[in-house]
Amino acid sequence: MDKALFEFLCRMGDNTLVLGHRVSEWCGHAPVLEEDIALANMSLDLIGQTQLWLGLAGEIEGKGRSADDFAYLRDAFDFRNLLLVEQPNGDFGKTLMRQFLFDGFQSVMLEQLAISKNERVREIAQKVAKEVSYHLERSSDLVVRLGDGSQESHQRMQAALEDLWPYVGEMFLDEAEDAVLADAGIAPQPSSLKTAWDELMLPLLGKACLEVPESGYFQKGGKRGTHSEHLGFILAEMQFLQRAYPGATW
Amino acid sequence: MKKEWPLWEVFIRGQHGLAHRHVGSLHAPDAEVALKSARDVYTRRNEGLSIWVVQANDITASSPSEKGPLFDPSQDKVYRHPTFFPMPEELKGL
Repeated sequence: MDKALFEFLCRMGDNTLVLGHRVSEWCGHAPVLEEDIALANMSLDLIGQTQLWLGLAGEIEGKGRSADDFAYLRDAFDFRNLLLVEQPNGDFGKTLMRQFLFDGFQSVMLEQLAISKNERVREIAQKVAKEVSYHLERSSDLVVRLGDGSQESHQRMQAALEDLWPYVGEMFLDEAEDAVLADAGIAPQPSSLKTAWDELMLPLLGKACLEVPESGYFQKGGKRGTHSEHLGFILAEMQFLQRAYPGATW
Repeated sequence: MKKEWPLWEVFIRGQHGLAHRHVGSLHAPDAEVALKSARDVYTRRNEGLSIWVVQANDITASSPSEKGPLFDPSQDKVYRHPTFFPMPEELKGL
């Protein structure tokens, strides 16, 4: 049980860690000042969530590893994040679409975790749900505005959706541990979230005048540690300091 | 088409019972976005309970050059200040 819970917590924490790092890459580069600050806020929210999930993962594992140890001292094959969150930022539209697709997933996942039978998981879920609900409100508002905006903004959002669509399926892919956690009432089977995600997201994409790609094919592997080449570059930047100067602190 | 988004002035109320105070401004395409941006730009350090945004164009301001006629006449009317009433001892901090 602990093994399964540990895997699950790593998935949750690695998703927010890698996405948080990706979003932080916009700092100082966003199209307008207001958006720059909003993205930095969101990135910090995600890193904060990472500390909660990976912190708990360390406690469950019981080997004295901290959230920082997980973030800075593991190699790519130990990361359990979705391939979606490690995809490059692209243009602002693609960053926004990636955020939107992920916010929807977090939203339906946290709804279930907020009634988890594990008290610690429940507490974290209830705390971060507020942040995520704001993230989704923001990203969906912008996706609708840009999707249903000018001809160029529409084209960019449609292209972003098509680029990222092959990474959506992995969200709902069940791994062996998921059945154990679902039986114990700790976390839902990812496949069980698909309907709620569709009900939440498809109307918004419709409102944004975006066409959902038909293809059912999707990329997978992130949850098992098989990543795209992008993750290695992210880790190289994120981990450089701790690797070069082990134990360095502020 | 104008490229710049309009300017919005942001007012935040820090605590229940206090008035909204002007904290700064930002650019946004409409009121809804202005409100969201204000949340992100001006309430990062737990400053706010309530936000108002007003498009800067909608504010009518007095002109600095009229400062004399507008405000000077009130300078020599000390009798308008309630300083001529004896206050009870028990009243502190007024």
